[in-house]
Amino acid sequence: MMMYLLFGYFATVSILSGIFTIALKNPVHCGLSLLSLLLHVAGLFVLLNAEFLFAVQIIVYAGAILVLYLFVLMLLSLKTEEQYLHKKYPFFLFAGVAILAELLILVFQTPYGGVKGTATPDVVLQTGPSHAVGITMFSDYLLLFEIVGVFLLGAIIGAIVLAKTPTGPVPEPTGQRE
Amino acid sequence: MIPLSAYVALSFILFMTGLLGVLIRRNFIIVLMSVEIMLNAANINLVAFSHYLSSMAGQMAALFVIAIAAGEAAVGLAIIIVVFRGKIATNVDQINLLKW
Repeated sequence: MMMYLLFGYFATVSILSGIFTIALKNPVHCGLSLLSLLLHVAGLFVLLNAEFLFAVQIIVYAGAILVLYLFVLMLLSLKTEEQYLHKKYPFFLFAGVAILAELLILVFQTPYGGVKGTATPDVVLQTGPSHAVGITMFSDYLLLFEIVGVFLLGAIIGAIVLAKTPTGPVPEPTGQRE
Repeated sequence: MIPLSAYVALSFILFMTGLLGVLIRRNFIIVLMSVEIMLNAANINLVAFSHYLSSMAGQMAALFVIAIAAGEAAVGLAIIIVVFRGKIATNVDQINLLKW
């Protein structure tokens, strides 16, 4: 019963925050509702026995990525545009609703079979959830882990090179956006 | 026990919200935020299947999705800063240099 209540709360609030994220006019408000969405998705992870992902979701997503977004928003001082929807938005809205209906039919017709794995809740609780995640990550997924590390390094270098203030003999044709 | 289809339905409603945001919004940063919503929806799906099939693979995939999302946010925001600084565009549909 408690599980249903919690699931209902987290699901409802995350859907509402998602809708607010794409519907509000002020970008800062959109960022704050995205924060609410991320926190409630973290709550869903707890319901699904994924404590490590819960912590990562809050620390990395809500703590780091969202702060990055808010910093860029404040640096750019984006004004709320007067034409806030795309010009052809009824067309895209129609496409979205059509895909939504199709996928709903699929979701409720699928039986969701599958081969059960070995990480049953008892086994996981014996070693501890975070411990189990670590064991799996550094044994079966070690190569992927290293690749992701290199990818993050490349992404950081790319971001720094892209966002660096251009210097050199070429005069900046357009100054600051004050 | 909450049925798996509830999680799948929630995940795909969130995914559709994000997709709708990418399609109808014109502000760069909100388009990127909608991409984050879609990644989160995929994460819910992965973790739900990981729980119901008693496997660690879904949680691993979700962790990697979070790492990729961090890189995507960094590079995407850097591109946005470049586009804004050069006054190339202020909205998504004004970036049409590569339009055929």
